[in-house]
Amino acid sequence: MTGSGPILTAEGLGHDFGRRMAFTAVDLALWPGEVLGIVGESGAGKTTLLRGLSAQLTPCRGRVLYGDRQGRQIDLYAQSEAERRLLLRTDWGIVHQNAADGLRMNVSAGGNVGERLMAVGERHYGQIRARAADWLARVDLDVGRLDELPSSFSGGMQQRLQIARTLVTAPRLVFMDEPTGGLDVSVQARLLDLLRRLVGQYGLAAVVVTHDLHVVRLLAHRLMVMKGGLVVESGLTDQVLDDPQHPYTQLLVSSVL
Amino acid sequence: MTGADYNFAYLDEQTKRMIRRAILKAVAIPGYQVPFAAREMPLPYGWGTGGIQVTAAVIGPDDVLKVIDQGADDTTNAVSIRRFFRRMAGVATTEHTAEATIIQTRHRIPETPLAAGQILVYQVPIPEPLRWLEPRDTETRRMHALRDYGAMQVNLYEDIARHGAIAKSYDYPVLVNGHYIMSPSPIPKFDNPKMDRSPALQLFGAGRERRIYAVPPHTPVRSLDFDDYPFTVQRWDECCALCGATDSFLDEMIMDDRGSRLFICSDSDYCRGRQGAGEAAE
Ligand SMILES: Nc1ncnc2c1ncn2[C@@H]1O[C@H](COP(=O)(O)OP(=O)(O)O)[C@@H](O)[C@H]1O
Ligand SMILES: [Mg+2]
Repeated sequence: MTGSGPILTAEGLGHDFGRRMAFTAVDLALWPGEVLGIVGESGAGKTTLLRGLSAQLTPCRGRVLYGDRQGRQIDLYAQSEAERRLLLRTDWGIVHQNAADGLRMNVSAGGNVGERLMAVGERHYGQIRARAADWLARVDLDVGRLDELPSSFSGGMQQRLQIARTLVTAPRLVFMDEPTGGLDVSVQARLLDLLRRLVGQYGLAAVVVTHDLHVVRLLAHRLMVMKGGLVVESGLTDQVLDDPQHPYTQLLVSSVL
Repeated sequence: MTGADYNFAYLDEQTKRMIRRAILKAVAIPGYQVPFAAREMPLPYGWGTGGIQVTAAVIGPDDVLKVIDQGADDTTNAVSIRRFFRRMAGVATTEHTAEATIIQTRHRIPETPLAAGQILVYQVPIPEPLRWLEPRDTETRRMHALRDYGAMQVNLYEDIARHGAIAKSYDYPVLVNGHYIMSPSPIPKFDNPKMDRSPALQLFGAGRERRIYAVPPHTPVRSLDFDDYPFTVQRWDECCALCGATDSFLDEMIMDDRGSRLFICSDSDYCRGRQGAGEAAE
């Protein structure tokens, strides 16, 4: 059963750090299975917006609605913290830019992937382990390394492990902040391939924040361009990238080409 | 009330009321750690100041007190706590589990099953079972409130992945009344099943960390485990060399410098009771 409305809606969303505006007047609607890219240069407010959308930071203005599996529209910040945390453990997933923020570095790869299963009540060691192994394979990690610590993994492998850890409970909505940031170009390409495959395979809805237009070109159906905390242009990815309207977007596109 | 020089059971009445309030709250929310304003006690931390304050707050002139440390009534720690209460409260003391109305303990639960009306007071060094995972108190409290316990299970998962079994054998975490995860204090996991639905009231006092928590009578207490790696307790091939018990927690004693060893009951009252019964039967 999927609901009839958007899976995520933001209305007049904004946040300030003290007197400094991080982003403001953001409206968006994300539909089930859709990937939204948010691009813009460093300091544009992308990360803060993503945190505001994903229950990691309570925005100063506006509201966020989540369309749940029963088709209800839930006002995220009107929920109790317990309810929000439950969403984060079940329906949602967050992939951090820095794999160390999303992984337990002193826990084996299997334990990292298994944690979310255990958090929602799985209590069969053999099954948890089997599903963790299965997910290592799905993100192209060597299943033989199930009992190794993430610190023995390369940056790209850590990021794939973080993705496995996030997707193991079959979330419907995933938030990613610069998922390929800080990786070598060849490693980036492989990770992007993987993300594209997984998003398609599981019909995930996702919000992907990046300053890298290659990432959104490959992953995002739709695009929002941010500058100085404001959305200056939005539309279908190909449309925005091939025929940018706003001078800032034109600059952004030309600087990669 | 008693004379002007000291108050019954050492603590002043206001402090006792404060501790009793904390205990009542702890009893009302089984397994929940209640902060309290711990008093300085005439013993160093690590000597059971938390347990002593709890005992002092609940003890009355008609109570009979037993104090054990590692299962024995005659260790320095147990002797000094017992003497302290004899002096400060004038209460009767005993070494017999069945005779005691209050038992203060470190490291063991007596082998003799506890009865309704008895109170078991545990001395607790580290009350927070999530501490190894999260140093911030604000965060552990939130994790408890939201029952965000996945990481606790991860700890057990890691044990099995590394050692093929859950290695933890002391202070083995339990789920109280289906809600709070609780540290049972450093008792052997052998004793964990005794906490489950016990007819006695179980009170836990942590002096340095200023926490009191409780398991009221008949409360379910479940040791964490996996369906396919169920919780088990320690077992010995030997029986007690003194009383022949096969059902008690045994301490290993090295007898001489050739390394010969003996196993004897850690609970000395239980062991003596069985020896006495054996002699009587002969
Ligand atoms: N925790 C914070 N406290 C104060 N200012 C912040 C904080 N996080 C971000 N900012 C500021 O908010 C603005 C937007 O930052 P951010 O959302 O990180 O942008 P981006 O991800 O697009 O680089 C920047 O000016 C940044 O300095
Ligand atoms: Mg950022």
